[in-house]
Parts: sequence; structure tokens; C-alpha cells
Amino acid sequence: MSINVTLFVQMIVFALLIWFTMTFVWPIIRGAMEERENKIAEGLAAAEKGESDLVLAKDNADKILLEAKGQAKEVLDQASLSASNIIEEARNNAENEMTKKLEAAQSEIAVEVNRAKDQLRDQVAAIAVAGAEKVLKREIDKNAHKELLEDLAQKL
Amino acid sequence: MEEVHKGPESSTDYIIHHLTNLHTSGGTFWTELHIDSIFYSVFLGILFAGGFYLVARKATSGIPGKMQSFIELIVEFVDTQVKDSYHGSSKLIAPLALTIFCWVFLMNFMDLIPVDLLPAIGASVGIEYMKVVPTTDLNITFGMSLTVFLLMIFYSIKIKGVGGFAREIFFQPFGKWLLPFNFLLKVIEEIAKPVSLGLRLFGNLYAGELIFILIALFTLSAGAHTLSESLVNLIQPQTLVFFIIQLVLGLVWALFHIIIITLQAFIFMMLTIVYLSMAHESH
Repeated sequence: MSINVTLFVQMIVFALLIWFTMTFVWPIIRGAMEERENKIAEGLAAAEKGESDLVLAKDNADKILLEAKGQAKEVLDQASLSASNIIEEARNNAENEMTKKLEAAQSEIAVEVNRAKDQLRDQVAAIAVAGAEKVLKREIDKNAHKELLEDLAQKL
Repeated sequence: MEEVHKGPESSTDYIIHHLTNLHTSGGTFWTELHIDSIFYSVFLGILFAGGFYLVARKATSGIPGKMQSFIELIVEFVDTQVKDSYHGSSKLIAPLALTIFCWVFLMNFMDLIPVDLLPAIGASVGIEYMKVVPTTDLNITFGMSLTVFLLMIFYSIKIKGVGGFAREIFFQPFGKWLLPFNFLLKVIEEIAKPVSLGLRLFGNLYAGELIFILIALFTLSAGAHTLSESLVNLIQPQTLVFFIIQLVLGLVWALFHIIIITLQAFIFMMLTIVYLSMAHESH
């Protein structure tokens, strides 16, 4: 067991090994490990972001849904309102028309009644005149008493 | 495994044989090289660097495969330890810690390979001596701890400047009037770091290896020097008892040793991180 040149050879071998590990082994393996660590960190961050995005999107969707529901309700309300308006209007129109028709019919009836009355009156006057003519025959001059007869017919 | 030796072998011979490195002849500092230690150290270093490199080349930031997950587990573990103890900006500390942890672990792991297996294979092709656990060689552990020591000095000077480093050595902790004591104290404090770092790893693994060798002595002392001899002797009740004792003890020690080799690799890495982060801070 003696100390000899083996010592120096071992030192040189050791130095070479350190150099080799430092140049070709350590940086490459650590580099790969660090890269993977970064990748995992990025992946986790992306997952977290995706999750929060999902929550946001859900909120947004809920909001939009709520809005749409409100709008639909509004449209429905408006539709029912205008429907009832249209019905009301139609009813009014119909009522007006009916009144108008009724009045026209009434007035026509009145005209017809008046005409019938006039005719009747004329006929009664003619009958009266004829009767009187027959009674009085000559004594009554149609022309001389025309005024009197017309007055009589008016009173009928 | 002892065919290369002539005649019966004593327990002492067996132990000494196992604790002898395959080395170049010469006997002086510069000519004697522990071939087995360097071979296994370089082989395991290439195993570690090559394995990690292959995974790194195909590393994906998507879903990792089983191999990549395993490598990332180790890298993450080391990175956590470094981040907890070291707050400087150097890009060297973490790869250094990873290298130490994996490499020392692999070198320690050689201890779990049956103590005679690789030397026996070596012996069959004519390699007489072979220590398969590089971390039971002081040269290897000190080679690493001294490299860490040099890095400590390098970072001390880099962060604090030559002046700052010199002030720390000469004027702390007792002020300028006790300059020699400061210097002595600081030198001892600093030298103690690589020495304890190297000795701790060496001591633990050397002791562990020694106990494996001692456990292996059970059947050897029963007269089995070769594999064929062992198999023949197994029929005898005495040898069978020793064989079972060796099996049980070997298993228990190996299980316990799994903790030790991991722990020692971890301690070497942690202390390196701590020492280097101390070098970054001024006192």
C-alpha cells in the first residue's frame, strides 16, 4: 500500500470525468427536466385558465338566456296586447257599422212611412173629393174649391 | 484460484495476496502504477459517463423512458443536495457532485462482487494480482480528495481574490499579532479536509473488503484451495458447516455493505459540496 503515480493518473481521470459530465451530461439532462417542468407549469396554467373561461362563458350564457327570455316575454305581451287591440277595434267597427245600418234602416222606414202616409192622405183626399163630388155633384166647382180641399187634405 | 501458486497457501498468504495491487515494476514513485486500480477506475468512469451520455443524448422533455427516469432521479437527488448546501453560482459543483456520487458508488460496488471471482478469472489468464475495488486503494481516494482540495483553493482565490485568501490564511482567527499561529491553524484545517475525505472512503472500503476476505477464509481454512477441491470437500460434513457459515456471513455482510457503499459515496459527495461552498464564503 504505497502512494505512487496512480494518484496523479486518478486525478487526471477524475478531472476528465468532471469535464465530461459538466459538458455532455448535466446540462442536457437538467435542460430536458427544466423544459418538462415548464411544460407542466404551462399546461396547468392553461387548464386553470380554461376552467375560469368556462365559468365566464357559463355566466355569459346564463345572462344571454335570461335576456332572451325577457325579450320573448315582451314580444308575447306585445302580441297579446295588439291582438286584444285588434279585437277591440274590430268590435267597435262592427258596432258602428251596425248602428249606421240600423239608423239607415230606421230612416228609410220613416221615409217609407211618410210616403205611405202622403199617398194615403192623397188617396183619402181623392176619395173624399170623389165622395164629396158624388154628393154635391155640380155645386162644387173643382177649381173654386181647390183651395179648400187642399187645406182639408193637409189637415188629414 | 490459487493454481498459480505452488503448494498449499496459508491464510496470511491468501490475505496478503488479495491486498496486493497489480503494479508496474520500478519501485519508485513515478514508475509504479497500480494497473488494476486505474483499470477498474477508468472502466467504471466510462461506464458512468457513457451510460449517462447515452441517456442524455436521447433525453426528451416529454414522457421519459424508464432509463431516463432513473437517471433523472439521480440527477434530481444530487441537484437537491447541491441546492441545499451550495449557494454560489458555479456551474461546476453540481456535475462534480454527480460524478463523485455515481463514480464512487460504482467503484464501491465492486466490493459486492464475490471477492475471488474477478481475481480467479484474472489468474486463469495469467494476471497474478488483482484488487478489484479501486476505492480500497489510497491512491484512488486521495486522487479524488486532492482534486477536490485543488478546487477548494481555486474557488477560494477566485471568489475572494489572492489578497482575500491570504488575509484569511494569515490574519484569522487571532488577528495580525499571532500571524504564525493563524497560518499553522489554517493550514492544518485545510489539509485535514482532503486527508479526512480520502481516508474515510479508503478506510471504510478497505475494512469492508478485508472482512469479505476474512469471511472467504472459512472454506479456505477447511482445506479448499481450488474450486474443484472445494466441491469435492463439500461432501465432508466439516467443510459443509464452514461453507454454510461462510455463505450466511457473506450474505449478511454484503447486505450491510450495500448501505455502506451508498453512504460512503453520499458522504464523499456531500462533504465535497460543503467544502466547496465553504471555500466560497469568507469567514
